[in-house]
Amino acid sequence: MFGLNSKDTRAFLLIATLAMLAPILLNPFPTGSALAQFNAGYPDLMQRFVIFGIFAIGFNILFGLTGYLSFGHAAFLGVGSYSAVWMFKLLSMNVVPALILSVIVAALFSVFIGFVSLRRSGIYFSILTLAFAQMSFNLAYSVFTPITNGETGLQVYNSDPQYLMAEGDPTVTHFFGLEMRETFTLQLGGWSFDFAAGYYMCAFLLLAAFYLSVRIFRSPFGLTLRAIKSNQQRVNYTGLNARPYTLAAFVISGMYAGLAGGLLACMDPLAGAERMQWTASGEVVLMTILGGAGTLIGPVLGAGFIKYFENIFSKINDTVLHQWFAFMPDGLENVIVTIVHPFIGKGWNLTLGLMFMAVVIFLPGGLVEGGQRIGKLFSKRTPSDAASTADRPTE
Amino acid sequence: MSTSNFTRRGVLKTGAIAGAGLATPTFFTAGSASAFTNDPTGSSVTFGFNVPQTGPYADEGMDELRAFELAVEHLNGEGDGGMLNTFSSNALGGNGILGKKVAFVTGDTQTKSDAARASAQSMIQKDGAIMISGGSSSGVAVAVQGLCQEAGVIFMAGLTHSNDTTGKDRKRNGFRHFFNAYMSAAALAPVLKKEYGADRKAYHLTADYTWGWTQQASIAAATEAVGWQTVNNVLTPLADTDFSAYIAPVLNSGADVLVLNHYGGNMVNSLTQAVQFGLRDKMVNGKQFEIVVPLYSELMAKGAGKNIGGILGSTNWSWKLQDEGTKAFVKSFGTKYGFPPSNAAHTCYVQTLLYADAAARAGSFNPCAIVEALEGFEFDGLGNGKTLYRADDHQCFKDVLVQKGNAEAANEYELLEIVEVTPVDQVTYASDHPMFAGGELGECNAGA
Repeated sequence: MFGLNSKDTRAFLLIATLAMLAPILLNPFPTGSALAQFNAGYPDLMQRFVIFGIFAIGFNILFGLTGYLSFGHAAFLGVGSYSAVWMFKLLSMNVVPALILSVIVAALFSVFIGFVSLRRSGIYFSILTLAFAQMSFNLAYSVFTPITNGETGLQVYNSDPQYLMAEGDPTVTHFFGLEMRETFTLQLGGWSFDFAAGYYMCAFLLLAAFYLSVRIFRSPFGLTLRAIKSNQQRVNYTGLNARPYTLAAFVISGMYAGLAGGLLACMDPLAGAERMQWTASGEVVLMTILGGAGTLIGPVLGAGFIKYFENIFSKINDTVLHQWFAFMPDGLENVIVTIVHPFIGKGWNLTLGLMFMAVVIFLPGGLVEGGQRIGKLFSKRTPSDAASTADRPTE
Repeated sequence: MSTSNFTRRGVLKTGAIAGAGLATPTFFTAGSASAFTNDPTGSSVTFGFNVPQTGPYADEGMDELRAFELAVEHLNGEGDGGMLNTFSSNALGGNGILGKKVAFVTGDTQTKSDAARASAQSMIQKDGAIMISGGSSSGVAVAVQGLCQEAGVIFMAGLTHSNDTTGKDRKRNGFRHFFNAYMSAAALAPVLKKEYGADRKAYHLTADYTWGWTQQASIAAATEAVGWQTVNNVLTPLADTDFSAYIAPVLNSGADVLVLNHYGGNMVNSLTQAVQFGLRDKMVNGKQFEIVVPLYSELMAKGAGKNIGGILGSTNWSWKLQDEGTKAFVKSFGTKYGFPPSNAAHTCYVQTLLYADAAARAGSFNPCAIVEALEGFEFDGLGNGKTLYRADDHQCFKDVLVQKGNAEAANEYELLEIVEVTPVDQVTYASDHPMFAGGELGECNAGA
């Protein structure tokens, strides 16, 4: 369908179904039950899942295909956010011009950074991108405060010009009048599901981004990028100049990051410098590796996994723990809570780190490999199928 | 490449269904029936306490969390009631608020605006929080206040000292009990003049964000008004932990006072390093070199230890005050946790009670009703004496304390001693004062 082979179509349809049904799938526990703590189906988090999914898909086009490990992709995310908020401040709260500008600015920015950084490869490339991102962060943090509002973050004020804003236009971000925060809540028995306009806008863009990434993976261009990854010298010897290809891949993934940054600002019109910090760049690397670098669906899974931990585990506190273990005798309850305590609340990073280590050690291909292994368990009886999937680890 | 068996008809059909699916949410735009966001319908009402549990202000965050838990206990009638017994308003009976039990959720702001907003969003959307409180950085407070205004819930600012929170970033749904940079400067300047003379040259190190800027501007203006000169102002990144590179040039600048516009972990490090550099033993321009910390806190004093001996600064409140409210609060906090509360803990505790009281007086959790109940509200018995929540900018006006570090303290909680209680009139300003201008409260937003 749409020029995809049947396998990719299945992957695309899988992503599409997951994205469309996410508000239901992510809220498996009835509201009010003790396990509702683990529900992730509220608009803000779902939007983050999808937006960071887009970010990771874009990163994967560079890292998964060419093998160039950029440690500065957060710079494009930040630039995208700033551009979008400036559009809100200057034009109107419509998200379309904001998204267009954020992609364009991120593209220009990545042409510049890519042009300089891609003169080196391997660790030198990583360090160069890291340096650029840290420079952007520090510039945004202090030097460019008139443009970025420094640590406080860029916000939209009532006193901003907003030249295209007509009387009666929504004062929150909207898509031609459809407010992004518009939410329809469906009550079904004990369950409650939130369907937010902003989420579906992000999900739609995720599908577009995913589709484009599949087409790039399967195109001759994608094949060239893979050739560069496996042996750049050999590519050079065949008379092919690799740099335009890597630069193109770099700019495309920069534009993905810009789109993600713009979307973040559309869902919540604030842009802060910390979006550009090196930890944010490292996060997308983690997402891609955790999900499975070089696979189509992996980065989206990795993004969801990390954001889930950041938002759900960091909110579990001792009071919640005591509720869970209340059925135990008092002494035992306290012991258990003390043991679990370092891994929840502010310790969510620790839990995530352990999970990451486990995945990298036992599933070097990321969560996707885990899925494949489980799949193989069930399809043991048809060895020919198992062999064909094993041959194609890049899917 | 194209080996799929999809027919055009099939594709069109699925496309149409998918399109309809996509459009569905737009058909139900007027979904919710309640008059305002997170109208509590059950037997409990949820507060969201959003504090830094990691980052440079983590110590303050943990103390805020303790105070919030204590406040919720008192509101639900557990414990000894604390300041509910001394509060001038008697709307609260220790049986929850309007018959609903108070529940709470917590989150980590990481001292980052982005993370703070994500955490606040999840409290509002997932946990149904009706009020958000906390924040130990003005950058975060401003960001979360903006979010609460858009979402239609009340934001009761915790520890935020920047002029901007109730100045150019003021919002109708946001309230601040804590004092601000202008008040610090107004209270400190006369004491500084008395102690160190009117002929001084000051060198400023300033945390590079909204609080640092307004703190520096305020203290520079106030000290220049008493005759001091400002030699230089150097901005330092909030995430820095080593300030030696910034401190070395101070001695060659000809300045005889160092003003540290730092807070939390930053201030502990910069002050300790300044003392280790021997700044306080130097004589410059024939005068003893002095260090000033405009905003003090007990937790910072604890971190800096003996280094704070003789150093002046201002605070919002102190557990050593002798009024009934303070005594009641210190007693219940001490009983529960075994040590006296900090400034941050006090303001968060008081903000929670003030919100609860406003809801009880208004008879509703509707944010607009609460705004109305809090605007221009005068109260007493919460530790700061007579206090006014000014309607023009949602800032509390009350006495400010000037405190001095004491190196001979018996224990780490005695490190600060009160030098002067600056009366409220001396720190009051017009709501359109140039340092606070450019802001607009806007309309109250009740959300859905």
